[in-house]
Amino acid sequence: MNLHNLLDFAPVFDNMGKILSGFWATVRLSAAAGLFAMIIGTAVAGMRVSPVPVLRAAGTLYVNVFRNTPLTLILLFCGLGLRDTLGLWTHADASLSGYWLAVLGLSVYTGAFICESLRAGINTVPLGQAEAARSIGLTFPQSLRLVVLPQAFRTVIAPLGSVLIAMIKNTSVALVAGSLEAAAVMKQMFDDVGGTIPIFIGFAAGYMILTLPTGYFFGWLAKRMAVTR
Amino acid sequence: MTDSGKAAQEAGLSGGGPLVVLENVNKYFGELHVLKDIDLAIHRGEVVVVIGPSGGGKSTLCRAINRLEPIDGGTIRIDGRPLPVEGRALAELRADVGMVFQSFNLFAHKTILQNVTLGPTKVRKIGKAEAEQHAMELLERVGIASQAEKYPAQLSGGQQQRAAIARALAMRPKVMLFDEPTSALDPEMIKEVLDVMTNLAAEGMTMVVVTHEMGFARASANKVVFMADGQIVEENTPDDFFTNARSDRAKDFLSKILTH
Repeated sequence: MNLHNLLDFAPVFDNMGKILSGFWATVRLSAAAGLFAMIIGTAVAGMRVSPVPVLRAAGTLYVNVFRNTPLTLILLFCGLGLRDTLGLWTHADASLSGYWLAVLGLSVYTGAFICESLRAGINTVPLGQAEAARSIGLTFPQSLRLVVLPQAFRTVIAPLGSVLIAMIKNTSVALVAGSLEAAAVMKQMFDDVGGTIPIFIGFAAGYMILTLPTGYFFGWLAKRMAVTR
Repeated sequence: MTDSGKAAQEAGLSGGGPLVVLENVNKYFGELHVLKDIDLAIHRGEVVVVIGPSGGGKSTLCRAINRLEPIDGGTIRIDGRPLPVEGRALAELRADVGMVFQSFNLFAHKTILQNVTLGPTKVRKIGKAEAEQHAMELLERVGIASQAEKYPAQLSGGQQQRAAIARALAMRPKVMLFDEPTSALDPEMIKEVLDVMTNLAAEGMTMVVVTHEMGFARASANKVVFMADGQIVEENTPDDFFTNARSDRAKDFLSKILTH
């Protein structure tokens, strides 16, 4: 293959429609998985700081299992295990069931990291805040929801941004759960036109177009929402 | 104390037994025995000032009354009910016990007004408008109504502590606990907080005050409790305590703090 072929951007522009629809799938996957990961992470963080030993143990187990298992394994389990073997989440439209299985795997995995970031944030909230909350008669869930978590979230906005950026890039293995997104389109193009540098550059740029603004947005939000003490 | 305060106090006193009763209370921090066989009764409308050397267990005693520090032995009853263990019942009891901390502990992410209305709206389930009206009355009373929309970090220490008192009062508590409320304040701000507390005492509020402010103890206390080494060494009227303390330990303490 000569230099001219290696640097030929034509395949990227010729397949722009396909590439854009791939990234659109990445965006939809990231949005849903990000939302559910936040919900799961917040709930598990609440469990890990709760006064109930059983909840604490369950939260710790969750984090230890899902933070230490490779994402590819989790997503494969969603596809091969949950759908193909156990027959869950099967759907007439295979791409739809693949999408939701990938959302499930990604959010369960990312939730463990969100939980740990958030727990670090909870540790920065002075103990006196929780004591004051309890002393006006708030129950533990109320003091967590109304006093501790709002302050904890504000201190970990920037690290949460990093977790979400990692998650956006992690969508590139969603294919193993049967969900087609940008990275799947890229593999298809390699098969069709060969692995050329322009295709790599094109897709790397595509991911950066998604992640760079995410990083800037979280950085801006962190500054804006900072709690002054 | 004003006449109306005395009247309120007597009316309160006639309404049943003591409001807060500690019986044979013991508490350990690991090996350290921080509360030793504490017996104490606080009557309705009474202002009890707890003084003594640092590390003597004063703050722990104060915090034990609303179970911010769980005790290891003995019983604490508030209005006849033993302190519940963790859970909803404890939260309900804490709603009736106001607490003011040394470091104010205002909710840093909420405005002063939101700090004062949080408890009434979320615990007492009072409507927002009514809670805000009551909160503004209280902020007016402690002299910081003009700061209602600011955040705690924008206020001086004295203003923050007065806001914290308003936050506790918003729950309409049966008793107020003050854990060294002026110890973190600049000297010129101590007076504005003590003035609020003195007014509260005069209005007949039942108060437990851990403090080093001897002037406040003399002027507003009905009873002085002197604590050292985890024990109540002496319980006395303020007049007798400051002029004629019974115990040597108290005499020694007073000689150190009153003669400079």
